[in-house]
Amino acid sequence: MQSAPTLYRGREGMWMWVVHRATGVAIFFFLVVHVIDTALVRVSPEAYNEVIASYKTPIFGLVEAGLVAAIILHAFNGLRIIAIDTWPWALKHQRALVWVVWGIMIVLMAGFLPRHLSHVFGGA
Amino acid sequence: MQAPELKAPAFVRSGRSRTQVERWSWIFMRASGVILIVLIFTHLFINLLTGDGVNQIDFAFVAGKWASPLWKVWDLTMLVLAMIHGGNGMRLLINDYARTTWLRKTLKVALATSVTLIIVLGSLVIFTFDPCPEGTDPALLNIELCEDLGRL
Repeated sequence: MQSAPTLYRGREGMWMWVVHRATGVAIFFFLVVHVIDTALVRVSPEAYNEVIASYKTPIFGLVEAGLVAAIILHAFNGLRIIAIDTWPWALKHQRALVWVVWGIMIVLMAGFLPRHLSHVFGGA
Repeated sequence: MQAPELKAPAFVRSGRSRTQVERWSWIFMRASGVILIVLIFTHLFINLLTGDGVNQIDFAFVAGKWASPLWKVWDLTMLVLAMIHGGNGMRLLINDYARTTWLRKTLKVALATSVTLIIVLGSLVIFTFDPCPEGTDPALLNIELCEDLGRL
């Protein structure tokens, strides 16, 4: 079939576009909350410590792990976007680069998770 | 599933200032994005992986970090760049998904207000931070720092 120019090219590139938007929105709302919770250092040390203690609970610990994964995906997919805007080589291999982004995320999370989860669950 | 074919646009915006804004937006997202990778990954590494990780974070930890001008500037840059980068990203989503002019306008006013408020709030917190507030239980303070400052 003759391929006409269409909006949706599908497959990895399009899904990564969705991932980029979803992680971006999640990070944005976290950032707003994070600035507000940090602002409690101007209210009192007690208020800040009390609220920040909730970040150390298992549930928040897991949310933080998800947030870090989202930041890694957004960051390295951002570099992928810059690369495919800049170099024809990267544009040609943009689909493979999606898997490079996921690979980097897995490697970095493999380094981050054991240490972070032992802090959250081990109390150490 | 076949996606609809692209049709030629019914009209092309001729406003030059509009395209200039989008051009700067495009450049800013890439430039700030690269800087934010360095700033945020360092921030996450120091706060979550060194020492006791997330468990070390309390008032005394923040006081220790902000005793150094480097971390004040670091956090301020992160705050400003991340809020504008994120706010501009949200603006693009509003353009894409808010269907009516009224809704787009309303959401953009709300967005601009929130972004401005958060940047002002965060900057004030960094610039007016007091590491040793009067009448606080010393156990909650960075004792070494407050003794150095002659506040304890």
